Amino acid sequence: MIPLKLTRLTKRYHGVAVVDGLDLELEAGRCHGLLGPNGAGKTTTLRLSLGLIEADGGAVELMGLPLPAQAAAARRRVGVVPQADSLDPDFTVRENLLTYGRYFGLTGREIAARIPALLAFAGLESKADSPISALSGGMKRRLTLARALVNDPELVFLDEPTTGLDPQARHLIWQGLRRLISQGKTLLLTTHFMDEAERLCDVISILDQGRVIVRGSPRELIAAHIEPHVVEVFGDALAEWTRCASAYCRRCEQAGETLFCYTDAPEAVVAELEQRPGLRYLHRPANLEDVFLKLTGRDLRD
Amino acid sequence: MIEGLTAWFPVWRRNFLVWKKLAAPSLLGNLADPMLYMLGLGYGLGGLLPAVEGVPYLNFLAAGTLAYSVMNSATFETLYSAFSRMHVQKTWEAILNTPLTLKDVMLGELFWATSKSLLSGIAILLVVWALGLYGDFALTLALLPVALLTGFCFAGLGLAVNAVSPNYDFFLYYFTLAITPMILLGGVFYPPSALPVWLAAVAAWLPLTHAIELARPLVLGSIPDSALLHALALLGYGMAGFSLALRLTRRRLLK
Repeated sequence: MIPLKLTRLTKRYHGVAVVDGLDLELEAGRCHGLLGPNGAGKTTTLRLSLGLIEADGGAVELMGLPLPAQAAAARRRVGVVPQADSLDPDFTVRENLLTYGRYFGLTGREIAARIPALLAFAGLESKADSPISALSGGMKRRLTLARALVNDPELVFLDEPTTGLDPQARHLIWQGLRRLISQGKTLLLTTHFMDEAERLCDVISILDQGRVIVRGSPRELIAAHIEPHVVEVFGDALAEWTRCASAYCRRCEQAGETLFCYTDAPEAVVAELEQRPGLRYLHRPANLEDVFLKLTGRDLRD
Repeated sequence: MIEGLTAWFPVWRRNFLVWKKLAAPSLLGNLADPMLYMLGLGYGLGGLLPAVEGVPYLNFLAAGTLAYSVMNSATFETLYSAFSRMHVQKTWEAILNTPLTLKDVMLGELFWATSKSLLSGIAILLVVWALGLYGDFALTLALLPVALLTGFCFAGLGLAVNAVSPNYDFFLYYFTLAITPMILLGGVFYPPSALPVWLAAVAAWLPLTHAIELARPLVLGSIPDSALLHALALLGYGMAGFSLALRLTRRRLLK
């Protein structure tokens, strides 16, 4: 079964198509990344996929069921980690899980049987009876993730699950997500962190202006869309270097006080830069962020 | 389909669990404010007044206090508390990601506010019984369904106001333009017959007036006139308010 299938999906607000003929198909058991600049239509796509809003055109099939007609039945088999914190501040950790499980029609006994495993998954065993106000930001995110698993979903939506977390907390979330992937769950993840997408996702779809502009594994996307090496150059003598850089590298892009030089042969560029005392540089392999910026541009989208 | 009819229950239960944690101060709050009005005005002002409609002023005041206490409780719950859950805590959004629908969430809120306001009504009723302010004990039992209907009515109306509120301050309009006029014109403190004819005609349409037209005879020991009409009016206001609330909230959250 295809966990989620979006076909020619369109959603307009005030005549402007926020989602514009979008096609997307998830493979069961894989982690999918949905990347895109602000306003590209990620959140609207997620809301359409859950049957929370109605499309103006196209079709959504979630867990094999047509939406919005069978949205409630489909959502029974799906977990959601929303972007904004929506834990119940009046409840303890345990009560949050218990109450949320009831929304899925589970009995208190069924949920109670699942709670120890959920607490262990979130690393919150010692916090079971703590109020939410006693949790750190990372703990809250982990609890939100555990809450999304209370119905043992086959597919989990994660809307920017690590935004605002410190590196330690992010790594804990990543460990959790890897465990879910190894359990065979399907994940759909939106994020602004390209390293996160590169680490976790098997398949990435980059959205811009309401449609998927490219799709592939992180490696495929990097191989297909960008030169393998990047040399970032900055310093007082940048203007002079900018004039002659194209002789040494295939493609250059200036962003503020930095020149990004994309090349297949970094040795020549580096050797030349070593001769220029007014410049500093950073040589690194190309990554997903380079692909993302190349395809969606460097302009701000807010 | 059976499941669909009770899908709202986990939402009701969520609110009940939160309330249970703070039940004592909540009950005290439900009771203290209307009691102070009733006893202060009833004894203080009542001492200066001759009998009102043939009974001591305190007895007269009891029914109005009960109705307005139920109204207040349902209104506060559907404005401030529901708004916190909908807008500030994102509780509704979290629930909408589960199999429950917005209708389930709002039915849960409607029935919860109704239940909580019924409890306010019961608190006042206990005082009425304790102080012997009633005419016929058996008839006062009918105040329970009256309180239930009144709570339902104001919960439905409150949810409609909640649906269009950008922030907490907005609720003041509803209090100033609807709740306060109802308290002053609906017959809490004096019989509507004391008003000029044109004003009494306006007051007759107010939901709180219908509630008091039912409650007052029941407290004082007679069967209300046009009981069915008043009951249907409360039910109608509540249902109209709720269906408007559902439409407006859908537009607010699910567009």
